Amino acid sequence: MIYRETGQFKSSYASDQAIFPIVQDRIFVLLAVAAAFVMPPLVASEYWLQAVLIPLLIYALAALGLNLLTGYAGQVSLGTGGFMAVGAYAAFKLSTSFPQVNIVIVFLLSGLCAALVGLVFGIPSLRIKGFYLAVATLAAQFFLIWLFNKVPWFVNYASSGTITAPTRTMFGVMVTGPQSSAGARYVMAMALVALFALVAKNLVRGRVGRSWMAIRDRDIAAEIIGVRPMRTKLLAFAISSFYCGVAGAEFVFLYLGSAETTAFDINLSFLVLFMVIIGGLGSVLGSFLGAAFIVLVPIFLTNAPHLVGLPLPVALQKQIELMVFGALIIFFLIVEPNGLARLWQVAKEKLRLWPFPH
Amino acid sequence: MTRSRIALIGLLALAVVFGPLAGTVPAQQSQGIFIPLLVYRTGPYAPSGIPIANGFVDYFTLLNERDGGINGVKLVWEECETQYDTKQGVECYERLKGKNPVLVNPYSTGITYTLIPKAAVDKVVVFSMGYGMTAAADGRWFPWVFSFPTTYWSQASAVIRYMGQQEGGLEKLKGKKIAHIYHNSPYGKEANPTLEELSRKYGFELTLLAVDHPGQEQKATWLQVRRLNPDWIFVSGWGVMNQVAVKEAAATGVKMDHLIGNWWSANDSDVVPAGEGAKGYKGATFHAPGTNFRVFQDIVKHVYDKGKGAAKKEDMGAPLYNRGVVNAMLSAEAIRTAMGKYGNKVLTGEQVRWGFENFNLTEQRLEQLGMKGFTHPIKVSCEDHEGNGPVLIQQWDGKQWNLVSEWIQPMRDVVRPKVEAAAIEEGKKLNYTQRDCSKEK
Repeated sequence: MIYRETGQFKSSYASDQAIFPIVQDRIFVLLAVAAAFVMPPLVASEYWLQAVLIPLLIYALAALGLNLLTGYAGQVSLGTGGFMAVGAYAAFKLSTSFPQVNIVIVFLLSGLCAALVGLVFGIPSLRIKGFYLAVATLAAQFFLIWLFNKVPWFVNYASSGTITAPTRTMFGVMVTGPQSSAGARYVMAMALVALFALVAKNLVRGRVGRSWMAIRDRDIAAEIIGVRPMRTKLLAFAISSFYCGVAGAEFVFLYLGSAETTAFDINLSFLVLFMVIIGGLGSVLGSFLGAAFIVLVPIFLTNAPHLVGLPLPVALQKQIELMVFGALIIFFLIVEPNGLARLWQVAKEKLRLWPFPH
Repeated sequence: MTRSRIALIGLLALAVVFGPLAGTVPAQQSQGIFIPLLVYRTGPYAPSGIPIANGFVDYFTLLNERDGGINGVKLVWEECETQYDTKQGVECYERLKGKNPVLVNPYSTGITYTLIPKAAVDKVVVFSMGYGMTAAADGRWFPWVFSFPTTYWSQASAVIRYMGQQEGGLEKLKGKKIAHIYHNSPYGKEANPTLEELSRKYGFELTLLAVDHPGQEQKATWLQVRRLNPDWIFVSGWGVMNQVAVKEAAATGVKMDHLIGNWWSANDSDVVPAGEGAKGYKGATFHAPGTNFRVFQDIVKHVYDKGKGAAKKEDMGAPLYNRGVVNAMLSAEAIRTAMGKYGNKVLTGEQVRWGFENFNLTEQRLEQLGMKGFTHPIKVSCEDHEGNGPVLIQQWDGKQWNLVSEWIQPMRDVVRPKVEAAAIEEGKKLNYTQRDCSKEK
């Protein structure tokens, strides 16, 4: 009844090709984004912002990056953690070497560094596919972490090998460093995620995204109709790594404050891959839903016993959390193999007919 | 829509809405001093994490049961599982921050590095006892961080001194080969700069061998050890890495009494899996192993006999259990010191910080605590948050740990200038300025 496109006539190509052709969608998304910008810094406690929402946004950005590569271009990658580390260490080097440069520019440049590295590690994708490619990208993960551990130049010769986010401001407000407020860091992360989600949305519905999907669905057929596999695949690797790199830089600068290589270990790569799979391969919205699932459910499981007044020993609680979380993932993949984004789509279709389904 | 799908959506909605809410449930204003305990009782570091957490909790329970807290003010604590993971540690800290903690023991160098900048802003003391950022031992730059009774750098220098003593003098170390096998993390790397400097000073040949997290795979490392055939090996391991290192060492045929673990690498759980092979393995420590001290009788009487113990009675006396007891005792005594100035009530983080800075643990006080000979007196000052603690060496005889050395003094002349230089560097990273200690009271 409410969600119906009857009477909305498209009188130009531009309106027909809009990101959200249906007015209700457009209004809903705009309102949601506006609320996401304004509400949390005003109402959320520091715990919410620092331990839940900021990591959620950063993971969503990384998942978005991996989704472009794996979901849209069909290239499986286990190197996400490594590419995020490139972004993080590049941002650290850049911001300490050029303190006067604006932090957003530092983030973008570190994204570019990650893109270059991604490009190099994308080269094997021209010859190998599927699981074999996954193994090749695994090499990127291990090599990059080893490199940052081994070469002290990357950490400015700090004996501990830890990188620390320096204090930087945007429009006179501190956005990184220990004195910055969680609210400011949240708005910063939110702005970057919103911007890059918009870019991604436009990328995937344009020529680039279509050529990625063509390669994903049948690379030989794509080649015959004129899609250049080398350029397309490498572009996917570069853009995906760019996203991961920016996410990695945010991971240290906006979330942890200081980090070492173990923060970017193989577990992180798997975590982001799970987000993409659970959220929905080949869906921008799915990246956000997947990140929300992976970040929020464990926190819920940790806090649930306390909430109902059941003080379990922490070790037992952790084991239960891991078991329930694992079971949920399996249950979920059986019930909805296409991910959370698909659920959302189904819900939307139902809503269109509601309340008269026939 | 199938029923399971509806169930699924319901579950998700529930998790998304209530999950983070649960974390922000306001703590019922508890009557007592709140201390968050970041523990790891699961994961690859659990073998090390469990005994420490148990020691800690048992000593606090003892204080509450026997004395009704500290000077009558109850201690309240809550454990939070970190799995030795920095991200989970941050989540724990943020969750427990709402309950007005006065101090935090991160028990992970990675978490310590992350909390040092935050804690100063939140006015929470970071008490990284014998771990964390060594540079923070300079209290002029890091007023909120305390690392007494000693630091990794002091430990490394004391261990080198011990090796020298065994060889018959530090000058005999010239030309000797010493290998440092370390956990490839900020924790493991922390001792390296000191070892490198001492290697230049005393002319021994230092080889640094990194073991990647979590440390279950060390074949390559020990192959290198075999090829190198070092005279002494120093191990900085943690969790499961220690047992594997000791086992591999025994299998490689290393002289076990020339293998010295740092104080996080010499616990019962590290040597028992290697069986007979571990005999002779040495480790550094800053308190005695075993239970021949009055405080343990008190713990048995007031905690275990009442069924409130965190572990089994037999687990008491293991080095890491005792470390938890020492850590809890030092925390409690610092709070007691602060009460001497601010009165017997629930204190703030700032007041407890004063207690830490004016901490003075005398021989007489140790006697009162039933810990005479268990650890050594410590005096902390505004400049020195380390207390310049000496180090003991203990040895595993196949059944238990025995002390095999006197207190070994660290090489203060080498370590302190390095700490001060590093403090300037680390402090500047955080935009800190140096305090003038003459103005503190």
